[in-house]
Amino acid sequence: MDIIELSAGGTQHQVEIARLASIAGVELSSCYQCGKCSAGCPEGFAMDESPRRIIRLLQLGLLSEALQARSIWLCAACDTCSTRCPKGVDIAALMETLRQEAKRKALIRDKNIHLFHELFLTNVKWFGRSPEVILSAMYNLMSGNLFQDMDAAAHLFKSGKAHFLPRRIKNTQAIRQIFQRCLEKEEPQ
Amino acid sequence: MKYAYYPGCSLDATGIEYDIANKLVARTLGIELVEIPDWNCCGATSAHTTNHLLALALPARNLAIAEAHGFEQVAVPCAACFARCKKTAAAVQASPDLQVQISEVIGMTYAAKSEILSYLDVIGKKTGLDHIKKHVVQPLTGLKIAAYYGCLLVRPVDITQSDDPENPMVMDRLLQVIGAEPIAWDYKTECCGASQVVPVPQLGKKLIHDILKNAASYGADAIATACPLCMLNLDMRQKQINAMFGTQFHIPVFHFTELMALSFGYSAQDFGLAKHFESAESLLERMIGGKGA
Repeated sequence: MDIIELSAGGTQHQVEIARLASIAGVELSSCYQCGKCSAGCPEGFAMDESPRRIIRLLQLGLLSEALQARSIWLCAACDTCSTRCPKGVDIAALMETLRQEAKRKALIRDKNIHLFHELFLTNVKWFGRSPEVILSAMYNLMSGNLFQDMDAAAHLFKSGKAHFLPRRIKNTQAIRQIFQRCLEKEEPQ
Repeated sequence: MKYAYYPGCSLDATGIEYDIANKLVARTLGIELVEIPDWNCCGATSAHTTNHLLALALPARNLAIAEAHGFEQVAVPCAACFARCKKTAAAVQASPDLQVQISEVIGMTYAAKSEILSYLDVIGKKTGLDHIKKHVVQPLTGLKIAAYYGCLLVRPVDITQSDDPENPMVMDRLLQVIGAEPIAWDYKTECCGASQVVPVPQLGKKLIHDILKNAASYGADAIATACPLCMLNLDMRQKQINAMFGTQFHIPVFHFTELMALSFGYSAQDFGLAKHFESAESLLERMIGGKGA
């Protein structure tokens, strides 16, 4: 946990923060910092900024600090925080919005998590489905963790839980079109 | 009862035995499952952490195909697919503009009219426990089971319509009907980390370890799941967890429909018990005199 200069916040990011909060459907001023979100967060033990602190950063106008937190990458979107918040703040939706924004700004705080999801979507774009074997092989190669989960490979193949050839849908063109239409305005700024 | 069935990618691969058991249970209970033709991946976490529209459009194509074939109800066995489908339907129902936008993106009309149900709810809420009970020929008497729901079947509750986001009981009641003994435990709805264990293994394995430890501490003979990814994490990774934490877990993990199939008199060869990593043989031997093994 780093020391954060609060006076660095101020008003310059307020418009941007309000826009992100509105996308997430969150009223930031509702949060009274009780910390229930963070107490129940399963990933909280590994986070640099707890969900409560992420909200506080935004309340204080410290947008870049929030966007550069590894927490927004570690969030598993389990929705425990949003479910338990006594003020109805959808923290999980906020984490998701911040992560999408960080990606747009090419602020990648966790390269492996980013790589995994990029590869996942690349496969879906190619095949229309997620081929687990190809995804694992590509991830291991590109992350440098060559032997990750190889202890399970023999049983997976022997039992028919894994197959080398990817399943491919017939209308892959429809999927490529969906990707194109959704992502065409998504180039990093 | 007739449902459009959206198996999702895992049920074609690492979760293949879930698919087999689902179909056995459906056959016994007189439920007709019709696979959505040419279905695609729902995008899972990867899509919704990347792009809002993409996360809605990928499930919308499948749901639109189901609608075009006249289905009023869609059954989704995977918790992650279920959550994505439900979120898509809710978002489209809430906004006519979004309905137009999504329909344009997928090149098909999606009206969000069909009801989306997890397979757990199809069996546990729509089918009727009395009807299920009639088919139990081999009750799983004395089997202590920790019913594990994880996140996405229960949260967010306005989307999932779970009976209780902190202490859901729908699977527990099913287990009771088939003669097993569902136990009260603390980690029913804790997160297993889903795919996080791949890019951040140290973190993901701690979550899985904590779930196994809690189930064991309450004396669970086995864990039941209703999600292929929860299953994979709890079953396939027990060996890795034991190596990392110095533990000795050997807890059989089942898809809830596998336990139902057993109670309906199917043998383990009928479904995919041999595909599990943690062997359930000695447990079944003790429980039903090996008839299931």
